[in-house]
Amino acid sequence: MSAPLLDTPRGRLAAWRPGPVALAGAVAVALVIVGELVSPGFAGYGQLVNLMRVAAFLGVIAIGQTIVIIAGGGGVDLSVGKVATFSAIIGSRVMAGDDANIVPAVALSLLVAAAIGLVNGLGVTLLRIPPFVMTLGMIGVVQGLILAYTGGQAEGRAAPALTSLVNGRVIFDLPGLLFLWLLLGLLAVWLLRRTTFGWNLFAVGANRTAASLTGVRVNRTLILAYVLSATFAGLAGILLLGYTESVFLDLADQYMLPSVAAVVIGGTLLAGGIGGYAGTAVGAIVLTVLQGLLTTLDIGGAWRTVVNGVVLLVLLSLYGRQRRLRS
Amino acid sequence: MTGVLDRVRGVQLSGLATVAMLVVAVAVNASLQPNFWDSYALTSNFATFVPLVAIAVGQTIVVLSGGLDLSLGAQVTLASVVAVRIVDGSLDRYPLAVAAALGVGLACGALNGLVVALLRLQPIVATFATSFVYSGLALVVLPTPGGSVPFEVTTAYRDSVLGVPVALLLIVALALLWLVLRRHRVMRHVYAVGGDADAAYASLVPVARTRVWAYVLGGLFAALSALAILANTGSGDPFVGNELTLASVAAVVIGGTALAGGRGGAGGSVIGAIVLALVANIIFFADVPTDYRQLVNGAVIILALALAGIPALQKRRAA
Repeated sequence: MSAPLLDTPRGRLAAWRPGPVALAGAVAVALVIVGELVSPGFAGYGQLVNLMRVAAFLGVIAIGQTIVIIAGGGGVDLSVGKVATFSAIIGSRVMAGDDANIVPAVALSLLVAAAIGLVNGLGVTLLRIPPFVMTLGMIGVVQGLILAYTGGQAEGRAAPALTSLVNGRVIFDLPGLLFLWLLLGLLAVWLLRRTTFGWNLFAVGANRTAASLTGVRVNRTLILAYVLSATFAGLAGILLLGYTESVFLDLADQYMLPSVAAVVIGGTLLAGGIGGYAGTAVGAIVLTVLQGLLTTLDIGGAWRTVVNGVVLLVLLSLYGRQRRLRS
Repeated sequence: MTGVLDRVRGVQLSGLATVAMLVVAVAVNASLQPNFWDSYALTSNFATFVPLVAIAVGQTIVVLSGGLDLSLGAQVTLASVVAVRIVDGSLDRYPLAVAAALGVGLACGALNGLVVALLRLQPIVATFATSFVYSGLALVVLPTPGGSVPFEVTTAYRDSVLGVPVALLLIVALALLWLVLRRHRVMRHVYAVGGDADAAYASLVPVARTRVWAYVLGGLFAALSALAILANTGSGDPFVGNELTLASVAAVVIGGTALAGGRGGAGGSVIGAIVLALVANIIFFADVPTDYRQLVNGAVIILALALAGIPALQKRRAA
């Protein structure tokens, strides 16, 4: 394929390959169609809105995961699930079901989350602990903080205003949560594509040495990435609190590895430097629709888990594959 | 020449950090637990160490090959529930159950290896996906905790030979198994592939086959871990392996093996696993209030992970 060929419309058409975002989107649509075929009503408006609402929590947690993974160097944040849980627990206790406490509750939750992210970032940059290990260790610490803070029993309740913000129908019968997700998603895209931080992040992810030589402050960018990751996780925890109204001690834990899977299905390279949030958002939708489909199919919980794993493998092999050694 | 010297010094230093942690952990534990050196306490301590030690050795081999296996815990679960369903309290069927457990481990490892080496999926997400398959199958085989292991097996596991706990002998046996494996061509290939896959490929090392072997060996040690768990607890549990996966990675790192692959060994991981188990022990005996135990545990583990990385840090600064 020579370069001049690309200038003709036909050449451009022939050179077109579906990008990861388009591919993931097609998979999501296909899953919905399959769902409608096996169980009529699956693609109903109310049902789809419901699926999108579930996808929103994973989508918001995965914003931070996308940022950390783009930063490269084996970057990954395994502590996002626990941080989201902790943030919801703090939020619930400080709010205690009173609208007047929303601002201090959210502020404290996000501050604690950001502090955890800061420790992650410092461990990764200054102590040079591999991100996988650092954030893995952080899971234990945050779990400990949760137990120490709650004494094993979560208290409090979401403020009514938060609940109506998340669950209340705004227009077209869509819950406010979806608009919040859209807003946060746009913020993420803007952050990655239109800010100096975003440019630095891609530079650091693509080639750390080159970035450093061109004057990018690598460590500062990395630390900020982990702080943002934890903060978005904290935000997701608050949204989850608004949705469930009361919390339990492992509220958001199960989002840890799905957030990584959403990023990979969305076409962001685990090696760093290439990717974006649009794909991750679609990846979160794909994973959620898959879960919904498997629930609808009415197969036993054990087999559902097996099928989930197999489909996940198929999805990953569509775009998660690494280069050949022989190339 | 100096490069070789540096490397030797680096290995010794990282080994030193791990051994130092073990010495400190044992000293603190012995001072807090009054009967630490009694044969009963020793036996039950070692009995709980074996499963984590076995899975940590398996994880080490996978990590050395440049991979990571997040499904090892699920493999332990699957192998243990299959074995417990087969044995069902009868000593006659125990050999069959052992064979079945090993077969499950090898099969799971082979699937992981095929997915990572042939489909070329990233190990983190690929083994995360296969872990769903294994833990789902485990629930199919044994939906609720149950089944029983013949009491001869559980008694023998907690016995001691000439004053040496059987569980300690098992740990030594695992270490010896590793030493034998390390001499084998497959493990030399594993080190080569983990260190630099392109260079290994150029030197005619069968890269894909070696990666498959690494995961298969990982599965084998997961099966051994499953057998140890069964002998220790005496019954089956379809969630038993959940917590082992991440602990095995922590043990590998504390043992001084680089997550990037190619550097390290399972000897350190054995010590790392014991350190992890001792930390939990220490916190139990140190009268830490119940609500703070997990926090202290987490903080100590992060500290251990950081300490394990310090030799590498100094080396990089010097360079």
